[in-house]
Amino acid sequence: MKALRRLGLAAVAVSAMTTNVLAADIVIGIRSEPSSMDPYFHNLTPNNSMIGHVFERLVEFDSNQAIFGGAAESWKPVNDTTWEFKLREGIKFHDGSDLTVDDVIFSFERADNYEGGNSSFRTYTKGKKLVKVDDLTLHIVTEEPYPLMANDLTTVMIMSSEAKGTDSSGKNKGISAKDFNDGTATIGSGPYKFVEWKKGEEIVLEKYDGYTGKVAQPWDKVTFKFIKSEPARVAALLAGDVDAIDNVPTVDIERLKKDPRVTLSSGISNRVIYLHLDQFRDVSPFVTDKAGNPLTSNPLKDARVRKALSMMINREAIVERVMEGVAIPAGQLLPKGFFGVSPNLKPDPYDPAAAKKLLAEAGYPDGFALTAHGPNDRYINDAKILEAIGQLFTSNGIPTKVETMTKNVFFKRASSGADGQPEFSLVLVGWGSGTGEASSPLKSLLATHDKEKGMGASNRGRHSNPKMDALLNQALATVDDAKREKLLAEATDVGIGEDMGIIPLHYQVNTWATKKGIKYIPRTDERTTAFDFVPE
Amino acid sequence: MTAVHDDTNVGGAGAAKPIAEGETPFRRFLNDYAESKVAVGGAVGVAIVLLIALFGPWISPTDPYDLASVTFMDNRLHPGGTMGSGVTAMLGTDGLGRDMVSAMIYGLRISLGVGIGSGIIALLIGVSFGLCAAYFGGKVDTVIMRVVDIQLSFPAILIALVLLATLGKGIDKIIVALVLVQWAYYARTVRGSALVERRREYIEAATCLGLSKPRVIFGHMLPNCLPPLIVVATMQVAHAILLEATLSFLGLGLPVTEPSLGLLIANGFEYMMSGEYWISVYPGLALLFTIVTINVVGDRLRDVLNPRLQK
Amino acid sequence: MTVFVIRRLLQAALVMIIMSLLVFGGVFLVGDPVEMLVADDADQAERQAIIKSMGLDLPFYMQYLRFIGNALQGDMGNSFVFQEPAMELILERMPATFELAIAALLIAVVIGIPLGIYAGLKADSWMSKTIMTASILGFSVPTFWVGIMMILFFAVILGWLPSTGRGDTVELFGIPVSFLTLDGLQHLILPAVNLALFKLSMVIRLARAGTREVVHQDYIKFARAKGLSTGRIIGVHLFKNIMIPVVTVLGLEFGGLIAFSVVTETVFAWPGMGKLLIDSIGFLDRPVIVAYLLFVVGLFVFINLVVDVLYSVLDPRVRLQEVKS
Repeated sequence: MKALRRLGLAAVAVSAMTTNVLAADIVIGIRSEPSSMDPYFHNLTPNNSMIGHVFERLVEFDSNQAIFGGAAESWKPVNDTTWEFKLREGIKFHDGSDLTVDDVIFSFERADNYEGGNSSFRTYTKGKKLVKVDDLTLHIVTEEPYPLMANDLTTVMIMSSEAKGTDSSGKNKGISAKDFNDGTATIGSGPYKFVEWKKGEEIVLEKYDGYTGKVAQPWDKVTFKFIKSEPARVAALLAGDVDAIDNVPTVDIERLKKDPRVTLSSGISNRVIYLHLDQFRDVSPFVTDKAGNPLTSNPLKDARVRKALSMMINREAIVERVMEGVAIPAGQLLPKGFFGVSPNLKPDPYDPAAAKKLLAEAGYPDGFALTAHGPNDRYINDAKILEAIGQLFTSNGIPTKVETMTKNVFFKRASSGADGQPEFSLVLVGWGSGTGEASSPLKSLLATHDKEKGMGASNRGRHSNPKMDALLNQALATVDDAKREKLLAEATDVGIGEDMGIIPLHYQVNTWATKKGIKYIPRTDERTTAFDFVPE
Repeated sequence: MTAVHDDTNVGGAGAAKPIAEGETPFRRFLNDYAESKVAVGGAVGVAIVLLIALFGPWISPTDPYDLASVTFMDNRLHPGGTMGSGVTAMLGTDGLGRDMVSAMIYGLRISLGVGIGSGIIALLIGVSFGLCAAYFGGKVDTVIMRVVDIQLSFPAILIALVLLATLGKGIDKIIVALVLVQWAYYARTVRGSALVERRREYIEAATCLGLSKPRVIFGHMLPNCLPPLIVVATMQVAHAILLEATLSFLGLGLPVTEPSLGLLIANGFEYMMSGEYWISVYPGLALLFTIVTINVVGDRLRDVLNPRLQK
Repeated sequence: MTVFVIRRLLQAALVMIIMSLLVFGGVFLVGDPVEMLVADDADQAERQAIIKSMGLDLPFYMQYLRFIGNALQGDMGNSFVFQEPAMELILERMPATFELAIAALLIAVVIGIPLGIYAGLKADSWMSKTIMTASILGFSVPTFWVGIMMILFFAVILGWLPSTGRGDTVELFGIPVSFLTLDGLQHLILPAVNLALFKLSMVIRLARAGTREVVHQDYIKFARAKGLSTGRIIGVHLFKNIMIPVVTVLGLEFGGLIAFSVVTETVFAWPGMGKLLIDSIGFLDRPVIVAYLLFVVGLFVFINLVVDVLYSVLDPRVRLQEVKS
């Protein structure tokens, strides 16, 4: 189709957009290039979604993060601490060899002992002992009852134990990340085979005819082109260079909606955008009186102040004007429909009068001044959202300065400033729940910060409430789904409802754009996967 | 070796000779300058730009950075739209509801401030080193000029990139980077003309009279090196503004809270496909106008102040 | 000559050491690469493990000494992001950048020299004045803004040319190039023109200045008196003489094009070294930043050296020494 285009023939370019659904090839323009094709190198969405085409996992997420069988056909707990997984029969790797329990164990070993990656899958492999029963039956044993077993197994991909690497040092089973990047070891059993990766440019995949799993294979050849710049990605779609793009910028949605050549597919994500507030310092560095002098106390420690700030935020207006309507006002950690969501929590309404009253009750009738910090290149419209919040706070009696910076500067300072503690008083950040249920944000954002136990790792406001911690810990050890769900909802009621430990703003909605004739089934986990592009 | 990096460096390598001995009356200079209509237009343009920047806060319709008065409910208004406060946004508003005219006036102030500020500091440093090199000669000259040569053999953008990658963002940081990038041009220019001056009788006379070294250097040599310096300074200011805009576009210059014209363009880049062309096109035109007028003036100054090219 | 070359190389080594030290120490004052890379839900132990595996737990001087030790054996370290040798990443992308820079240089020369000669020969015609004014425009326009406008106009509104990327490539002597395929050529046009703009103005000015100097010299007058055709005078005598400065400066400027391609590559998503550098700065990928710098510094020293040596061969009047302007 590209060869059709000639200089000056604009008409051809337009028609090229509308024809050509026959050849089952697709070119997808994506924002983020993966950092590796090694499945255990970097636990990051761009990697997981790309490599997931080539490798299968035991359990997979569908577009709504509901689980279904991947390489495993069925699973069940055989006792309190043992889960049994049955593999699908007849799975063959791309090189023709059989996938057995040995490969699963090999994969987990390599993942668990991975050296030198950018962030490992150890969170999901630790504390699990894999025992081979027969070629297709696997037991996974834990010390404590472990309800999230199936969710955890949606992460680790299965590689062939016979894959050959070139790392003579024997590190990572002798297979280096490079061996995966150039295709030497990139042999999985997933629906697509790896063809090549031109760094900075594109990754090409090809349909695997021997695939027997449940994932669809609508395309023969898939090319992912990396186009980081937002308008350039849209331009590439409109110019017909690509058939589809991910992360459609919100500013372009209105125009694309009107374009007859384009189909838009939007879906809510598991990512909540929220504010962390300093709740651990008695005097917070970026909260002052209105003249700029330090305060003797930290108003953000008072739940009423946090609630008041939340009520000063006009979520509807931000969603409508800043997010162009593509976001959903948030009142808790995950949108409705996810596991562990509380039925009691609604987004706080915009109510400046009630907010002023609460402030007065808390002993700050005249308000105070603060500086809000956030990244400007991490979440959809992040800097603009924070500016809008600054405007709202300022006009409601909390004069606010807004400072945004690139993510590489921001996150270091926001997590560990000069003294190893979070540096800022109020930050805008986001959280996507990797496990697709409420324990992930509760554990990382609201649980008491505890290095040893790995709790509150991203708790940048250091919210802490023993009551919530207890509910969460109880939930994490409850195998019964209904009971666990209730406990998680209760923990959320305490952390958000009672404490306003963080101020949720909205859930991100992601948008994909395709040329007419194709559409995307939006994924809550924000992955862009070729098999979710389907004929319209 | 001395690489000629762009032909804005006149004056290096002895290219610029001082204006004919005796003095050229200022009036004659003006007459010469005004021979080119384009150049007169350029001078008027520069004057306009400077006046706007100088009186910005008083002529700007709104204060685009006052969070109490700007509201995101006004965002992305078309040119001519009316904001909530009743003010008409002549060139529309940006994604945060800021009036583009106001944002451009404030942005121009930052662009010019950074360009001129860094130019002055670089001039002072460069001239001091250049004069020292010329006056003392020998080892001092060799060392200074070696550093200058090495630096000038690398493109400015590369040096600035390295510096900003390690310094981070901020007005102060970009000024440091721009000073470090520019000083060598001044040093080379002033040394070139000072070397010529040094051999002249009046310097010998002044030295024989027992005048102090600084006095000879700054009192007698410097004034005679001014013409090429003025040309280089004009061109360098334009260059610095352009470089700052480029670096800001690459995400390495100014923080988003202090947008120069370059950063306004970069921010508007996001709206390129959505039809809100005014968010990046107008700041781009403003930047273009500023730089073209400065360069036109600089170009003419070179012709007028540099007799060699006038044949 | 040997002394000259050796001195040059020593100088280069000094520059490299200073630059590497600066970048090595500076990058981490800005931010933390681990925070950038690590998964959101990684716990503190995981973060520590990554810091250790990157060698960032060592004191600064140890990190630097280790780097120097490895660098002397030709190992510039592994990229933090890709965990592949930094130098290989750069070399992988070098052909794309070189192709772009060469294309831009060609455009600048092919268009610039005729215009410059014309402007030099007929200095007072309105055409020449237009050319010269336009050349001021050429080095006044912000490259990145023009790039954006070019995409908007040619790719989006007219739909004539693709907006981003490099297009299809074929191997030429084992190096992937895109100018040999139609698709690749279409992708090359906009970025190459964009990158060429600035140099184009420079070439025009050099050619004009050269022409004006040469025109008045005796051998041209003599050629004229002999009754040679104007075409022959321009094509042979004049051309030959203005080419020396043009070629010299362009040789030196090639390095500048490579450095400046950072901007063009960013706008057009051209997968070259410049884009890699900007991405790496974004990720604080220190090994790649340092390797890129050392590579480019080396390249510059090499180019300058070659130009100087060639110059002395071409023009015996020039002796190789440190020219004291």
